[in-house]
Amino acid sequence: MAEVQAPDLNSRVVIVGAGHAGGSAAAFLRQYGHTGPIVLVGDEPLAPYQRPPLSKAWLKGEADAESLSLKPAEWYEENDCRLILGASGTALNRGARQVTLSNGATLDYDYLVIASGARARMLPIPGAGLAGVMALRTAADAETLKAALGPGKRLAIVGGGYVGLEVAASARALGAEVVILEREPRVLARVACEALSRFFTDYHEARGVTFELSAGVEAFEGANGKVTGVKLSDGRVLPCDAVIVGIGAIPNDEMAKAAGLECVNGVVVDVEARTADPAIFAIGDVTHRPLPTYGRMFRLESVPNALEQAKQVACALVGRPGPHPEVPWFWSDQYDLKLQIAGISFDADRVLLRGDPATAKFAVFHLQGDLVRAVEAVNAPPEFMMGRKLIEHRTPVNVDKLADPTISMKEVAA
Amino acid sequence: MAKITYVEHDGTEHTIEVKNGMSVMEGAIKNNVPGIVADCGGACACATCHVYVDAAWEGKTGEKSAMEESMLDFAENVEDSSRLSCQIKVSDALDGLVVRMPESQH
Repeated sequence: MAEVQAPDLNSRVVIVGAGHAGGSAAAFLRQYGHTGPIVLVGDEPLAPYQRPPLSKAWLKGEADAESLSLKPAEWYEENDCRLILGASGTALNRGARQVTLSNGATLDYDYLVIASGARARMLPIPGAGLAGVMALRTAADAETLKAALGPGKRLAIVGGGYVGLEVAASARALGAEVVILEREPRVLARVACEALSRFFTDYHEARGVTFELSAGVEAFEGANGKVTGVKLSDGRVLPCDAVIVGIGAIPNDEMAKAAGLECVNGVVVDVEARTADPAIFAIGDVTHRPLPTYGRMFRLESVPNALEQAKQVACALVGRPGPHPEVPWFWSDQYDLKLQIAGISFDADRVLLRGDPATAKFAVFHLQGDLVRAVEAVNAPPEFMMGRKLIEHRTPVNVDKLADPTISMKEVAA
Repeated sequence: MAKITYVEHDGTEHTIEVKNGMSVMEGAIKNNVPGIVADCGGACACATCHVYVDAAWEGKTGEKSAMEESMLDFAENVEDSSRLSCQIKVSDALDGLVVRMPESQH
């Protein structure tokens, strides 16, 4: 361990990665009174922006580029935050406290924040390189996807996760035909319980989406370099004009790993978002981080996680007490549905349904004895809001009351 | 365009010109005003953009949707004047609006 240093508000901070985490860290540092130079390096041509609307409001044309941006363009200059766009971090010299960028530049730092995010996992199958086969991760991806959608266009979505379902809903709103191909026997297999999978499948089917479950995708077929269909392992070919591959993401932790920092499906950090090197922090999708509520380490991909860790690093650098630990939470908008999830169903031994999915207003509670570990709430803000508090405070619940939707969420504590 | 004054819990004031069509929350976030968090970016999913609207402005800031009402019902430090600032759209009619922030958004 290096010597403990008093916070130096004039230290030079380099943030590698200009997504929601990196951009927010720069903003919180200035908000909390950091006066030293801040350099923010991003591999996209854009200043930090919000990704969640890319599959939702933005795709449907309900949000413009300006509304996506985290801060107005002039904010960076006004706040002495140097933006280097179109570059990523490639090598780290921890001894010299220098990071080398893909554009050849080398930056000195007092503190480095790795916020390099995650990249879309792609399918290593024939035809994956055809035009029209894409992921949805960046604004550029979203532009390409939007141009491919419209009345009569056929979109094949590989992967029935949240991104896939959100894109399906938006594509239907734009008049496109949509088929979702999922390897597992149900959508959201890795992230949600069966009741929720069933509900979302039915809801999408009723709005014209077709599902191919337990489907093996063998190849993408094309003509003139452009995708024309998806070949399944049962031999069928589903014709399409575009393919979205939404099968998860891989943390961009290579630079950290090469520099000898511990990585376990992401850069390992502590509750201050600091790595074992006291001069190096990591935040956002790229981190393997402690979850105090659950007593374990995990990699989260969410905006609330990016914001929480951005606050952690900013607090640590200016010498403020760290933010209150948060229960992980997530949200998804599809059609007129608002799904809000609090917690993660670690160690749960029972699933409890509150309300009737047929009414499109219900919640699924994951319980460990009489403790709530996670809640998935569809159009049910009280269940989400109260559920989050019950998880955080480890408040035992009266399970019979919780199962009865006529009893207010304010009265379910045991 | 509307001039909006955001008052932090400790009394610090920030007066900002916010463009029509933006939400009161966006006006704060884009100008790095502390005290409004907006985890969800305006999807009415998190209740971390909670503000108190001065009584004189209540009629002009629009009605609460059932979703907003329901989220606020379970937020902390809620009062009659509580709103989620992501649900208040800025227009000329809101010029001079004053919103105050709760002690904490969590």
